[in-house]
Amino acid sequence: MITISILGFSQNQGGSLTGNIESTFQYLNQDSLIGADQPDSKGLINTYMNVFYTNRGFKAGMRVESYLPRIQGYPNRFDGTGIGMRYVGYQNDLVDVTLGSFYEQFGSGMALRTYEDRALGYDNMLDGARIILRPYKGVTLKGVYGLQRFSFQSGKIVHGDGIVRGFDGEVNLNTMFKVLEGKKLDVTLGGSLVSKYQKDDNKTYVLPENTGVYGGRAKLRYGKFTLDGEYVIKGQDPSTDNGYIYNYGHAALVNFGFSQKGLGIVLSAKSVDNMSYRSDRSKELTDLFINYLPAMNKTHTYNLVSSIYPYATQPTGEIAYQAEILYTIKRGSKLGGKYGTSINANFSTAYKPLQRTGDINPADSTGIAYEGRVFDQSDSLLWRDFNINIYRKFTKEFNVRLSYYNISLNNDVAKVTNDAYGIIQSQIGVLEIGYKINKKHSLRLEVQGLFIADDEYGNINDKGNWATVLLEYNVSPHWFFSIMDQYNYGNPNDALKLHYAYGSLGYIKDATRITIGYGRQREGLFCVGGICRFVPASNGLTLSFTHSF
Amino acid sequence: MKKITLLFIGFTFVFCSMAQEDNGTLLNKKVASVQLKDMEGKTVNTADLGFDGPVIISFWATWCSPCKRELNTIQDVYPDWQEETGVELVAVSIDDEKTKNMVPLYANGKGWDYLVLMDTNGDFKRAMGVNNVPHTFLLDAEGNIVYSHNNYAPGDEDELYEEVLKLAAK
Repeated sequence: MITISILGFSQNQGGSLTGNIESTFQYLNQDSLIGADQPDSKGLINTYMNVFYTNRGFKAGMRVESYLPRIQGYPNRFDGTGIGMRYVGYQNDLVDVTLGSFYEQFGSGMALRTYEDRALGYDNMLDGARIILRPYKGVTLKGVYGLQRFSFQSGKIVHGDGIVRGFDGEVNLNTMFKVLEGKKLDVTLGGSLVSKYQKDDNKTYVLPENTGVYGGRAKLRYGKFTLDGEYVIKGQDPSTDNGYIYNYGHAALVNFGFSQKGLGIVLSAKSVDNMSYRSDRSKELTDLFINYLPAMNKTHTYNLVSSIYPYATQPTGEIAYQAEILYTIKRGSKLGGKYGTSINANFSTAYKPLQRTGDINPADSTGIAYEGRVFDQSDSLLWRDFNINIYRKFTKEFNVRLSYYNISLNNDVAKVTNDAYGIIQSQIGVLEIGYKINKKHSLRLEVQGLFIADDEYGNINDKGNWATVLLEYNVSPHWFFSIMDQYNYGNPNDALKLHYAYGSLGYIKDATRITIGYGRQREGLFCVGGICRFVPASNGLTLSFTHSF
Repeated sequence: MKKITLLFIGFTFVFCSMAQEDNGTLLNKKVASVQLKDMEGKTVNTADLGFDGPVIISFWATWCSPCKRELNTIQDVYPDWQEETGVELVAVSIDDEKTKNMVPLYANGKGWDYLVLMDTNGDFKRAMGVNNVPHTFLLDAEGNIVYSHNNYAPGDEDELYEEVLKLAAK
């Protein structure tokens, strides 16, 4: 029936069809020095294609995925070819209904967020039904009900065990009430309630089968100032993550912002305790998360900064703070120069929360292991990052960016390497130069150095110092060529003082990109030829094709 | 599975029927309709931006250096572009909850004159078929996509502007 109605519409109106395709092929070599294995099939390929159709209010879409077999770094249970996402729906000014797969976020996502990141293979979409209502101006109500996507096996979606249902309401007071319209103070309020059901199949414990998360949020704006916050509470949720304790969990988030032309400031604080919330209590890593806890640190893009000591949020508990400032010195002034100069500084830190056990007997029948209070931190450091960068455009053709980073990471908790214990302390410096040769040709050079502090016994910590050089040559609008060498010159083991060299060539025409790369790659956020994406460790040839339509 | 098969057949039919109608141009490429918020929290429908002239939609993120290079470069020539062609640029940030607060800081801190929209959960990105950022689209006043480019290298803005001029001349 559905097909006939699509056909009917399309003959009258044409409708709109959009979508995209991405295909990544790898031919990998054995490289035991960097831990890169050659897969049995030698070649690996991931492909997906999205097709979205809309006509007046009707919408339908799907994604066909193919893993023959999956490329390196993808979840190991992705295989086969088939439909990985599909939905039909209808929307007008009042309602928006979706049946099938959908991605949704309530507030800041701490109660519920389903999303995809294809480069990482992350996809926790809900499969079920969603209704969004806008009954009155300024008011949005959402209801969702579904199972989460856990995996993609033999070309089919595999769902998680638990049912997820949620409700969210948000109201902008200034839009809703006429008397507040155009007032300088703008207020938005919201609230969410999410619940999951999973059968108690555990023989040792009596587990709650229904676990809820509920909370409220507010966003205030006054001229150039904004203040927003959200607070959510989780019911008893014994799980593999928390060691099957019966504690309640909480997450609190506060952001303050000020911005005007030439100056921006953001201050943020976050308190999280026992807030891993999954639709299957036995799952770990990135599987089946219902909620999302934003990490409170800057997303770095330079190779050595983003890939060697990155930090991910600790869902079982952390207290974190961040401050960022961006200031642009006026062009034409003595300090600013002809084109202006920007200064950007950022500080972020995270601590373990304090777990008070004074009056609590963890062995009693309540199963409460400790008391966790909001913003109650211990002195155990998880992460600290101070960084500053200065950018100056000297002439139309020539610009320079200088950056400095000072990073401390607690490798016992937020583990990134097997070669170090405790806090890893490193400093990184980066010089980036851009030079436009003529209207179409340009060069970009990055020189990066990472210097690691000795461990407590005075030995070289982890893998020692690193240096990276990247040279990029662009011919607008179609070509780019780049070479990068990451050199682990400070490795305490002479045999591991390795060069990670990688070359790539790309061709771009409109919405089509073809790139060929060859060499060794470390895992991390990799930016080259004008695109950033996450790439796992490998040694070999990578061919990639993307197209949008 | 049956439903999926039906849907699949439906798509095939749509493809075929449209291919026949629009002799040669397979698709009627219009900008997708998604409700996004601007930096002030006001809801904006992407299919109804309300501009009279050509519109550039540029997908970017605060962690994407080439995206920022592109938007900062255009910022320098934007007053001239607007005066000559009436073009408007809409910078769609795909920053998620982790970095979304840095968007007004960056956009205002750099003094951008663009309309900035927040695509926090990637709904508009998905609907527009964006694989990676930066990805820049050019729309005519009716919302038809007339040009797109999935990269930024210095000089790309000149090609984009040539396309804008072509539109404005129509």
